[in-house]
Amino acid sequence: MKYIPNIIFCVLITYSIYIFYNNILKLKRNISLGKGEVEISGSKKERWKKMVLLAFGQSKMINRPISGLLHLVVYIAFIIINIELIEIIIDGVFGTHRIFSTIGSLYGFLIGSFEILAISVIVCVSIFWIRRNVLRLKRFYENKMIGWPKMDANLILYFEILIMSCFLLMNTFDVEFQIMDNGNIISGYLSSYFNHLSADTMYILERIFWWTHIILIMIFLNYLYYSKHLHILLAFPNTYFSPIKNLGWLNNLSSVKKEIDIINGTVNESSNNNELIKFGASDANDLSWLQILNSYTCTECGRCTSVCPANITGKKLSPRKIMMDTRDRIEEIGRNIDRNGEFIDDNKKLLDDYITKEELWACTSCNACVEECPISINPMSIIMDMRRYVVMEESSASSEINNMMSNIENNGAPWPYNQQDRLNWNE
Amino acid sequence: MSKINVKTCEQFSNEGKTPEILFWIGCSGSFDDRAKKITKAFIKILNHAKIDFAVLGKDESCTGDPAKRAGNEFLFQMQALSNIKVLNTYNIKKIVTTCPHCFNIIKNEYPELGGEYEIYHHTEFINNLINEGRFKIQGGSFQGKKITYHDPCYLGRANNIYNAPRNLIKKLDADLSELKRCKSNSLCCGAGGAQMFKEAEKGNKEVSVERAEEIIKNKSKIVATSCPFCNTMLNDGIMKSKPESEIEVLDISELLVKKNNL
Repeated sequence: MKYIPNIIFCVLITYSIYIFYNNILKLKRNISLGKGEVEISGSKKERWKKMVLLAFGQSKMINRPISGLLHLVVYIAFIIINIELIEIIIDGVFGTHRIFSTIGSLYGFLIGSFEILAISVIVCVSIFWIRRNVLRLKRFYENKMIGWPKMDANLILYFEILIMSCFLLMNTFDVEFQIMDNGNIISGYLSSYFNHLSADTMYILERIFWWTHIILIMIFLNYLYYSKHLHILLAFPNTYFSPIKNLGWLNNLSSVKKEIDIINGTVNESSNNNELIKFGASDANDLSWLQILNSYTCTECGRCTSVCPANITGKKLSPRKIMMDTRDRIEEIGRNIDRNGEFIDDNKKLLDDYITKEELWACTSCNACVEECPISINPMSIIMDMRRYVVMEESSASSEINNMMSNIENNGAPWPYNQQDRLNWNE
Repeated sequence: MSKINVKTCEQFSNEGKTPEILFWIGCSGSFDDRAKKITKAFIKILNHAKIDFAVLGKDESCTGDPAKRAGNEFLFQMQALSNIKVLNTYNIKKIVTTCPHCFNIIKNEYPELGGEYEIYHHTEFINNLINEGRFKIQGGSFQGKKITYHDPCYLGRANNIYNAPRNLIKKLDADLSELKRCKSNSLCCGAGGAQMFKEAEKGNKEVSVERAEEIIKNKSKIVATSCPFCNTMLNDGIMKSKPESEIEVLDISELLVKKNNL
């Protein structure tokens, strides 16, 4: 009987890690569904540097000082407080109580810091909640931010407040810890309100909050896959693999290059491996794995949409929605494969069913969204790949666009002027 | 207007010579009435600095930028390959252009297709001329005047060129008054990504008007820019939102020509 809590703990932690592992495998599988061309640029050193600066160092988050600072506090707290998890897991598995408390004043320093960080997180996350639900900042309320995305955003905030509260409360009701009086900066103050409770009640409350705390963490860990909160993990690979190039660079499709080489006779047609080539993207799996990784990394903060000239002027395009649609669709394709063993046509695609041509054609390719993203997500590249499909495969561009292109083709300028007249400005 | 002295690559080649640099005029600079003035202004500067430059004339063709950004990669690569062939035939190594779209595509996308050149935007190039002592800014026509600057997306965000145009404006002795959205936060004029050639999607405002309103609020009488498309769009936006504001949209090369009375 004595070991029942240890066994329950081991089962729960193993099970939650198992589910998490499976979700990671699914995530990896879905990302690798991307068949599109991708070019990884820059040296490893440059990419590491970018990752350290942007993801680890949060260097771009500070561009918006208020949310940047609040986020920084939560981020630092998240990393540091997790040290405490080591102790909690050891205690849970072996049935010990605060195994590290014997290390003395350092323990007090650590727990004291955790308590201060925990209360800071509660404050910052509360401000996040107010910004989202009371002040109703515009970028949190743009068209796609209703239903699940809205609930997801709030759930994350509730999770964080609850986990931090449980941490403080388990310390508060821990009689031994309070007697030790080492690091109970916040909880010592709180516990003074509960002096009248009996030792048994205190013990039961401590156990309840200890268990709730770790169980919430296990749930949160497995909530990640279903949530926009995946950015806490994916921001790192995403910034690492993002291009180290001028933002103005747009990839040259090598499939097109090959086709042109065949036409020009510089490459023999037989060297083409008879694969059916599709130019551009009409569905999420036509995109590259990097673009799909981008979509899973997106935490729907809406900075991109708030600076998009098309969106600012009332057009339907929202770069954030492009990312959310991409993720929704690749998830749908993934579930389809899970159900059927392989992808069975569901008469749907990213183009038209999720992202309309009206949205695609509103883009000015200004790169404001790309510049704005603190973790190097590129919504514009998806727009461009989908335009490529619309123009090269569907040939369904507007007559204005078609006129522009046929002018270039026929007379080497987007307007109907003769190439022979290119020096006429000097008359 | 009087004819300006320009030589084509073909003429250079016939004389058995190679120019120091090629001025890539671009479609806008060749055919758009407003942009032609920018072409002339920049050539005046080139001539004043005694630069041994050439243009391509009838050998020049669209870089393929609007086609590429509209999604026609095929047409873009065809254009790029034929342009690269022309440039390599004339043994061109250095290029300068007044159009950030031409600049961007030649700088970032031509190299992979076999076209590697040293390419400058005219604001960078003029700065270099000043640093080398080959061009001097003189005259007093802008002293103390408030000028604002609109960063073209394809120069600023796309290629991180923010200082070159600003240095030139400061050298005019003018008072550079930044827009609220400037440098990497600059707002697009609304022309990029082939928007120049189509009607805008349904919305509640034109992008150019949104930008023009910001410019009008800035209260500068001159808005400098360094892209022929931005020039057209901003002028259009100002005309639509407040024509009586009499704000002049000028390319930086035009400001320099005025300043130096060329």
